[in-house]
Amino acid sequence: MQDAEARSPGRIARLRAGNDVLDSFLSTPRVVIAAAVALLMILTAVLAPLIAPHDPFDMAAISLLDSELPPAFLEGGDARFLLGTDSQGRDVFSAILHGLRISLMVGVVAVLLSMALGVTVGLVSGYFGGFVDSVLMRLADVILSFPTILIALLVNGILRGVLPSTQATATAVLVLVLSIAVNEWVQYARTVRGSTMVEKGKEYVKAARLTGLPPRTILRRHVLPNILSPVLVLATINLALAILTEATLSFLGVGMPPTQPSLGTLINTGNEFLFSGIWWVVVFPALTLVVLVLSVNIVGDWLRDALNPHLR
Amino acid sequence: MASLLEIRGLSVLFEGKRGRVAAVEDLDLDLEPGEILGLVGESGAGKSTVGNAVMGLIDPPGRVEARSLRFKGEPLELADEAAMMRLRGRRIGMIFQDPLTSLDPLFTVGDQLVETIRLHLRVDEKAAWARAVELLASVGIPDPEARIASYPHQFSGGMRQRVVIALALACEPDLVIADEPTTALDVSVQAQILELIRSLTKARGMGVILVTHDMGVIAEVTDRVAVMYRGRLVEEGPTARVLGRPREPYTKGLIASVPRADRRLHRFPQPPGQADAAPKAIDLGSHWLGAGTRRERSDVPVLEVEGLTRDFVVRRGILGIGEKRFRAVDDVAFAVSEGEVVGLVGESGSGKSTIAQMVVGLLRADAGRIRFAGADITATRRERDLLPVRRELQMIFQDPYSSLNPRLRVREIVAEPIRFHRLASGEREIQALVLELLAQVGLGPEAARRYPHEFSGGQRQRISIARALATRPRFLVCDEPTSALDVSIQAQILNLLKDLQETLGLGMLFISHDLPVVRQMCDRVAVLKQGRLCELASTEELFENPQHPYTSELLALMPRLDGLAPAPAGALDGSSEANVHG
Repeated sequence: MQDAEARSPGRIARLRAGNDVLDSFLSTPRVVIAAAVALLMILTAVLAPLIAPHDPFDMAAISLLDSELPPAFLEGGDARFLLGTDSQGRDVFSAILHGLRISLMVGVVAVLLSMALGVTVGLVSGYFGGFVDSVLMRLADVILSFPTILIALLVNGILRGVLPSTQATATAVLVLVLSIAVNEWVQYARTVRGSTMVEKGKEYVKAARLTGLPPRTILRRHVLPNILSPVLVLATINLALAILTEATLSFLGVGMPPTQPSLGTLINTGNEFLFSGIWWVVVFPALTLVVLVLSVNIVGDWLRDALNPHLR
Repeated sequence: MASLLEIRGLSVLFEGKRGRVAAVEDLDLDLEPGEILGLVGESGAGKSTVGNAVMGLIDPPGRVEARSLRFKGEPLELADEAAMMRLRGRRIGMIFQDPLTSLDPLFTVGDQLVETIRLHLRVDEKAAWARAVELLASVGIPDPEARIASYPHQFSGGMRQRVVIALALACEPDLVIADEPTTALDVSVQAQILELIRSLTKARGMGVILVTHDMGVIAEVTDRVAVMYRGRLVEEGPTARVLGRPREPYTKGLIASVPRADRRLHRFPQPPGQADAAPKAIDLGSHWLGAGTRRERSDVPVLEVEGLTRDFVVRRGILGIGEKRFRAVDDVAFAVSEGEVVGLVGESGSGKSTIAQMVVGLLRADAGRIRFAGADITATRRERDLLPVRRELQMIFQDPYSSLNPRLRVREIVAEPIRFHRLASGEREIQALVLELLAQVGLGPEAARRYPHEFSGGQRQRISIARALATRPRFLVCDEPTSALDVSIQAQILNLLKDLQETLGLGMLFISHDLPVVRQMCDRVAVLKQGRLCELASTEELFENPQHPYTSELLALMPRLDGLAPAPAGALDGSSEANVHG
């Protein structure tokens, strides 16, 4: 009761307030660059079918005569193929654009799915506590005690056995998304559970209970909006993680099929040719992956600090 | 002889993106050895900033300017960090508000004392320990040889504050700055700590600056008092003179708005310049707030509590073995009639908030029965069956900073209960009712569009009250509704609650640790000690003729202005009368 004085928005506090998040963004060039790069990559991925110079999936347009051409800026390069071609004669640059599209799609859908699942579990677990909480959190512990890839492979294997025609793009994406989401919801659940327990003790939640509101309304209207900022931070960082997990699975050959390659698939197929001298088939997709994950991570890191009141 | 501390033209400025704010402006102060100077004011007055400035604890972007700052005749070099380090602890000691956070939990109190002593005084380990034991004894810690090896968490709040004082005194400083040293403590502990500070000051001839918002504390221990308002010194002089015959209008208002324990006034007097908007008179027969509520004026209790008991598990055991329980509420019984205000009084840990939580159904009782308007709340298991009770029984919370959802506009906060209980026929009526309720608590229609963080503590408490009224309740539970507020704001909120209670004929359970407030607000008072009900009597009887020894003790310990400030009775009554009619 006594520290209310310290928290009251005095004249000095008001002076300092303002759009701190925007200011901190603009005053950190590293973050501005990373955000610009990430945005550019997302745009390219979305517009890939329009801006890619070739259609890497159109078998008719691919000629084996163009295979294994080095990048355009090297000796023997062809101006039509900016980053060279692979052993089938596909344009590496176009393949990367389409791969980026698939990688980002899997990442974003996986993050959305795991966020929805994790936030729900966290809210329920933190608000009700007791038996429900114990069961859900022990389940989370079990998942956390296995390596991510192991669980992803397990889920992947089961789903592939259950679902027909895993060669179809939609099914492959679904399998990947589920394999990743099974791992990642746990982090959201734990974070949200903690914040929910804190918010639950606050008087505005008690006031809502006294009004007679049912728990789902209290959680949706009162608790959820107040716990979202850590979730958003987690989502950004997990996007990078999801893209990496997808790449790993595809690299291991259990992700996207070679006909619908993601960045991971491209690295996998390109890897076989690394020692035969056509390095561009693997190096450029790999670089793209590194730059994408790095820029998303930088933005996520900054967001975590910017939204953390203790670090301001 | 030079003053101990001489401050001339002290300003503390904070530079921000939207201009400059002077937290302290052009302040002059003197302190003599052996003197306790009270620095009093409401939040934002800059009183703590003065203490921090003298200690050299103002960090950028804050800036300290002064024409002259002299400590024992020597200029204080605030800019010279090394010089200030030598002064801090050695010559100037500081006592902070919160004894929980001002001691390091990882070290024993002995370690912390010895570290400080050896840092400043050139003595060996053994002498330092001896001195530490001596210090603990001098601040009244029993059995200091044994307690010196204890960790801070092994002490109670009051004992911990004694350790903090021992730490501040470790090097026999000439000046001690005490920033709200007793605000976090119970009244019985507060009395002991104040007595300790006073006797040590007189015995050692040190100077003390006591920063506080509490007029009672000022009256109790200080020799001189300086009143601050918005960074400026308003009035300064001997305590008895300033409190008894204040010259400045602000000081008069501040003293007048301190609730008096010696007699009951109809309204809390307001400091000048603070509008006291009494709610419009409303006709309950036709007004929305009166509709649909059974209100038979009778002596039938609306709230009945019998044998109420609640335990908290302190340590979990395996299958009940080794489990430790703490009885927070023990066999409490009382009743509140329609339109009556009953106060619950006690120190921290007396179980008063636990009772409030059980009455409103936020916490289950282990044993006993709570009946509201004839319905047994304790027997109702299903939330849906509780809905009618929920609507009629509302609560005002203590902390205005956490009782409003920061993500919702005030309009939504107040509209939610109306919408949920379907108390209005359509969205238009709801919006009209929200504005009406805000007007009832003294807020304009523009408040509806804003978010809670745009309001001050007192205004937020008004919003809380509007939200509680939005269900058309017949009973309010108020859990320390003003203990987080400044005294002048407290007067406004209490007047508002009282007016609404009278206009709407609300029953009220009023929980407070502040006896003068209880005297002004309540018809009957229940005194609690360690979960047990000591005494339940009508307010006048309890204050004039307490039956239980604990009640007498509480009454005796309460710091009072009354002795010092006989207060121009005519003027006070006059102002209160004016308010009644105004």
